[in-house]
Amino acid sequence: MTAVPAKPRGTWLAKVPVLRELRQSVGVQRFMLLVGVIITLVYILVALLAPVIAPYRFNQLQDASGTFPGSAAPSATHLWGTTIAGYDVLSRTLYASQTALMAIVAAVIISLIIGVLLGLFSGYFGGPLDRILVVVCDAIYAFPSLLLAIVISIMLSRGQSSLWSGIMAAALSISVVYVPQYFRVVRSEVVRIKAEAYVESAKVIGAGNGRVLFVHVLRNSVRTLPLIITLNAVDAFETLAGLGFLGLGIEPSSAAEWGYDLQKAVSDVTAGIWWTALFPGLAIVLLALGISLLGEGLNDLADPRLRRRSAEANEAALELEA
Amino acid sequence: MAEKTHAASGGLIRYLVVRFLLIFPTIFILVTLVFFLMRVTGDPITASQGGRLPPDELAQRIHTAGYDQPIIVQYAQYLGQLLRGDFGTTYSDHQPITTVLTTYGTATLELAVYALVVAFIVGIPLGMLAAFIRDRWGDAVLRVLAILFYATPIFFSGLLLKLVFSIWLHVLPVAGRASTTVELKMQELSNPTGIYFIDALRTGDPAALPDVLQHAILPAVTLGLLTAGIFLRLVRTNVIGTLNTGYIDAARSRGVGEYRLVTRHAFRPALIPIITVIGLQIAMLLGGAVLTETTFEWNGLGYQLNHYLQARDFVAVQGIVALLAVIVAVVNFIVDIIAALIDPRVRY
Repeated sequence: MTAVPAKPRGTWLAKVPVLRELRQSVGVQRFMLLVGVIITLVYILVALLAPVIAPYRFNQLQDASGTFPGSAAPSATHLWGTTIAGYDVLSRTLYASQTALMAIVAAVIISLIIGVLLGLFSGYFGGPLDRILVVVCDAIYAFPSLLLAIVISIMLSRGQSSLWSGIMAAALSISVVYVPQYFRVVRSEVVRIKAEAYVESAKVIGAGNGRVLFVHVLRNSVRTLPLIITLNAVDAFETLAGLGFLGLGIEPSSAAEWGYDLQKAVSDVTAGIWWTALFPGLAIVLLALGISLLGEGLNDLADPRLRRRSAEANEAALELEA
Repeated sequence: MAEKTHAASGGLIRYLVVRFLLIFPTIFILVTLVFFLMRVTGDPITASQGGRLPPDELAQRIHTAGYDQPIIVQYAQYLGQLLRGDFGTTYSDHQPITTVLTTYGTATLELAVYALVVAFIVGIPLGMLAAFIRDRWGDAVLRVLAILFYATPIFFSGLLLKLVFSIWLHVLPVAGRASTTVELKMQELSNPTGIYFIDALRTGDPAALPDVLQHAILPAVTLGLLTAGIFLRLVRTNVIGTLNTGYIDAARSRGVGEYRLVTRHAFRPALIPIITVIGLQIAMLLGGAVLTETTFEWNGLGYQLNHYLQARDFVAVQGIVALLAVIVAVVNFIVDIIAALIDPRVRY
């Protein structure tokens, strides 16, 4: 997320990407963006502090007072109950935010770097390679990412995942689907921008291809990326959970993961045991909601058709009163 | 889709031909991708049986299946097979993959159609409503709802619906596509279509269709809400976009009411992006179908894929995934054609 060269007003705080948008926004849009930012920050904090705030370890089955009971309803010792194997649901749900965060970071870094670079070079230099890349990306991006994830996880891990191979399976498969999305967006921007006068002027004063690409074109072609990054992030940890749900996930002894716990909860639900499914599920939904609100908020502000400015907001308020 | 820059004003026929020819590189790229992803770290027999068989027997099986040949040779053979319409044979129960498709594909198709119906009924009116009341609190609620619809993983929304409606309220069946008695009756039919909606009608039993539909409600809602969320968002954004255009102002100044403006004038142009997105949704529906079918034991392609996964039959998994890639490519072609027929601007 390169900061768009903004007018130098206010302090440096006004230039930090998400904070800048928060200052610009008004009314309902500001509220939705703010909620998204808060939820996302809370998850990052929980992930970092999980060992401190979780009552037990994610793979702990007993403490000083003995072995944990299996399928115990929520109580004072186990606030969110225990799973059939005797794991503490609260602890595993908290710890799983670490796993999710790792998948998100890995997936976004891989897809962003490859997608943006390919789009940049392909759009700028054109030629037959550009055309081939366009066809390849069009072919791949409509493909169901979960199916790719299944294939990749089989080959990375033979179906039984350690923490590392489980995360990489999700991250790589999401990258395969998201590289084309970054590519398409960046490439079309680059094709437009390279015809702009300021790019030509840069060339005229002797800037090399590298300087033109990375200073002039790159900066101006990444404005629409925040929305894709948030979609990419949501898909990354949900694919990890989907793999876990299909039994291709991470073993419970090596890391906590919401999808794995939900798979184990399927038979619990039929028996009326709700706590093993509800809490990991809600954790997924809340994180997805937070990141999506963040993404939509940023997108609204980047799209003039959807943006509301203070003056318009006043008009709307007047309409409401009338 | 691709190559818009090289477009000539050739009209519809030319577009159809070009778009049709594009299917082939698309399929070629996807099956190539799946093939090399599956094979880059080893062969499927070692992956499923390694450590469970004595080494010499393992080597024997690998040799029989031809997995000891250079990967390029295998790839060429694989492409040759595909050209003959042969997607391989499952390793565990020796079924041709194409038979798996014809046996279980109808169930997945039926589920996808139900889900699309749910998506239309829920997503489009709510999207128009959100555009109508935009930037008020009701709009914010609808937008959060849209995010919840598409961001809630299918296996969780499925479990919740199951818990509430099947376990606690006992109003809908837990799993399956029909009750056993109804399934037996449908199996007696001379030529079952595999589409239970039709087969249930053909049994002549008045209780059959309600039974089939009852079983379909939860899976259809689970999968449909996912797409409904996307539709809601898309209709909202596009209707707001068209509401800002000059012809809407013109209509408003002629005295057309706001309600009619949103539902007629602004909605029609907003439909075109929805049709295009349906094409992309097919991919999501197929991915989602794997999870939905697993959650509700809906015996379609996705359920079978999961079955073969559990059986560690990776030959079958590769075959089914490659076949689904072909289906995605063909469906996207059909959707693009429909979009071109409706909207002349799409054509080259």
